[in-house]
Amino acid sequence: MQIHKYETIIVGAGGAGMRAAIEATKRSRTAVLTKLYPTRSHTGAAQGGMAAALANVEEDNWEWHTFDTIKGGDYLVDQDAAEILAKEAIDSVLDLEKMGLPFNRTPDGTIDQRRFGGHTRNHGEAAVRRSCYASDRTGHMILQTLYQNCVKEGVEFFNEFYVLDLLINEGRTAGVVAYELATGEIHIFQAKAVVFASGGCGKFFKVTSNAHTLTGDGQAVAFRRGLPLEDMEFFQFHPTGIWRMGILLTEGARGEGGILRNKDGERFMERYAPVMKDLASRDVVSRAIYTEIREGRGCGPDGDHVYLDLTHLPPEQLDAKLPDITEFARTYLGIEPYTDPIPIQPTAHYTMGGIPTNVEGEVLSNNTDVVPGLYAAGEVACVSVHGANRLGTNSLLDINVFGRRAGIAAAAYAATHEYVELPESPESEVVRMVEDLRQSTGSERVSEIRTALQETMDVNAMVFRTEATLKQAVADIAELKERYKRVSVQDKGRRYNTDLLEAVELGNLLDLAEVLAVSALARKESRGGHYREDHPNRDDVNFMRHTMAYREEGADGTVSIRLDYKPVVQTRYQPMERKY
Amino acid sequence: MSTATVDQPADAAPAAAPSVDRIAITVRVRRFNPEVSAESAWVDYQIEMDPKERVLDALHKIKWEIDGTLTFRRSCAHGICGSDAMRINGRNRLACKTLIKDINPDKPITVEPIKGLTVLKDLVVDMEPFFQAYRDVMPFLITTGNEPTRERRQSAKDRERFDDTTKCILCAACTSSCPVFWNDGQYFGPAAIVNAHRFIFDSRDEGGEQRLEILNEQEGVWRCRTTFNCTDACPRGIEVTKAIQEVKRALITRRF
Repeated sequence: MQIHKYETIIVGAGGAGMRAAIEATKRSRTAVLTKLYPTRSHTGAAQGGMAAALANVEEDNWEWHTFDTIKGGDYLVDQDAAEILAKEAIDSVLDLEKMGLPFNRTPDGTIDQRRFGGHTRNHGEAAVRRSCYASDRTGHMILQTLYQNCVKEGVEFFNEFYVLDLLINEGRTAGVVAYELATGEIHIFQAKAVVFASGGCGKFFKVTSNAHTLTGDGQAVAFRRGLPLEDMEFFQFHPTGIWRMGILLTEGARGEGGILRNKDGERFMERYAPVMKDLASRDVVSRAIYTEIREGRGCGPDGDHVYLDLTHLPPEQLDAKLPDITEFARTYLGIEPYTDPIPIQPTAHYTMGGIPTNVEGEVLSNNTDVVPGLYAAGEVACVSVHGANRLGTNSLLDINVFGRRAGIAAAAYAATHEYVELPESPESEVVRMVEDLRQSTGSERVSEIRTALQETMDVNAMVFRTEATLKQAVADIAELKERYKRVSVQDKGRRYNTDLLEAVELGNLLDLAEVLAVSALARKESRGGHYREDHPNRDDVNFMRHTMAYREEGADGTVSIRLDYKPVVQTRYQPMERKY
Repeated sequence: MSTATVDQPADAAPAAAPSVDRIAITVRVRRFNPEVSAESAWVDYQIEMDPKERVLDALHKIKWEIDGTLTFRRSCAHGICGSDAMRINGRNRLACKTLIKDINPDKPITVEPIKGLTVLKDLVVDMEPFFQAYRDVMPFLITTGNEPTRERRQSAKDRERFDDTTKCILCAACTSSCPVFWNDGQYFGPAAIVNAHRFIFDSRDEGGEQRLEILNEQEGVWRCRTTFNCTDACPRGIEVTKAIQEVKRALITRRF
């Protein structure tokens, strides 16, 4: 076992982690611990753009962006946070440009912008061009640019280090425990400040745009240490995943003029969202697609998908603006998007909920108190700027605005505080977990439990939910957690034991899936990405509040989830019925 | 070199979708685990797959249903994160962008680690020398003078000039396909030069001269023998050899 000492530790090297690292490295002795090489992070898979009211191509302002974000989130957004997001968006985009990001350009050389779902002019009048983009690989360019600037700033990385525990001593942050994949060695990182930026947890669904590695590690570690998870029932299903595979096809395809069609060739979104049509918010479009499928207007022999039609767009436009996603269609489906529509279905995409933070990125231990020295940013966190449904292009924005804020705040905290003493035998929990898994002779396989988890989540906790389906999900997950106690791995070695790593990741997914299902069961209303067929309306009287889920361990060792609620911060916008 | 054969267990998971025609394939993987043996060995796995699935899916099927010790890197599974470059039927490719039907499933599909980097376990290689070469070319925007308040202006034409090399995902498929890199561990390799190109030809950048001096050194761009392996290997379709030639030309003319 090795012990390291850094003032600031950042967990995760996607967009939020590296944006935080650039700030923290300038201000404190910083290290980034990441289970993947930084450029492998899933920020790189984001395509369509990053929202900011630059007004480069038409009139726009941050107040309109704030309103759209709050409405898009079905009024579960904390309005003070949304205002910060929209205001700081402008400098965030300009900062990235100055760091070297190769945005697409307007004829006069400024950053070009395009339309995206839910982003409107003057509070919903019509779609506005607000998404700053680099072809259909904006996330790739953000990830590369941030890594390039980490190289420039000399950021210190520990690559393929997997953080398995958070050390808190008498309520204050003391550091983290990590497992080095190459050697199997345990490392203690003592730190004054820790920033979690480890991404989402979409891999508990089967059809998902998420990477294999998006297993909610940060959320699970925090939850096990008694910290709450906020609004985990709100999960975004992106309307256009490649049929069966779930690979993301950007909303920018519809921003460029692409149209969704059912088996009759009808542009069905006109019936669901007369103004914004195909560019309504993602929850609205995903429900519309499944309604078409359920009512028998789906495409293909099984009627289980609809089409994304780009055939009316000039090939030059597709080549210039959507080269990657058209190549995905060719590679994975053998379809030529110039001439044929692309079969799509909604795909599990984004975790709106997460570790609760305030606008400085400080992690909350309850509705009001922070954990001194602990920060979170990006998809792992819930500020909450996305509320019940995130707008497209607001996640690349979120990681930059709140990644930067968390990095600055963490380093400032480190500069003014002493190290907290490490708790006694800080590695014990991790050693026990890892060795139990390594030495287990149980009969259960990781892959079988994971597949069963993904199947119950797809069937019972996806776009449409009811009390019955969610109860089924809770029961299934409980059974799978029992089976997980008997899970074993075949690889007993120390070197690059990815078999063991997958077992740990599955444990995280099971814990978080349970939080999602329990939180969703209790929310007897429909709001944003959480749709209850047995409670189809939004209920502001009883549910205009954030869910706060806590892990509770009884005196007899039994573990349960306790739900509490936190008020939504409202400033200037009164809730209205949401129409697009 | 020994050849072991592992059969698929009888209780393998059922097919994911009903309308799929599965075919029997053999995946022949170059296995190496120094914890077990100092020698590497080919191991055959017989599995059933939908030909429209990826080689990565086949590797997962082996790992998840037959042998959990099989080790490889992967993340996004659709060709954007750059984790799973490997040598498939003798060619560098991403396992997640290679469909089984596109590589003749009638014969055993061979899967080996990429060449020129130290193999650590099975398909996992030491990426550190690769990233060090990348870092050595100063892969970041270098500017002088005061920062503008708004964005730096760049014409669409100037932006287009380096578009191709911005696509790089640092998967190392190009560098580890380069015979010069195999024989000379000091050569920067195509990926590092591609990433230098991305900045040298960016109209906003003022570090071109510094980068060219680095690439002008003994182990720099002149080692390239224009074999086009790198261009063939690039899963992002970057014209790698052309980019290297443009850097060479810039070194001679000092115009870029």
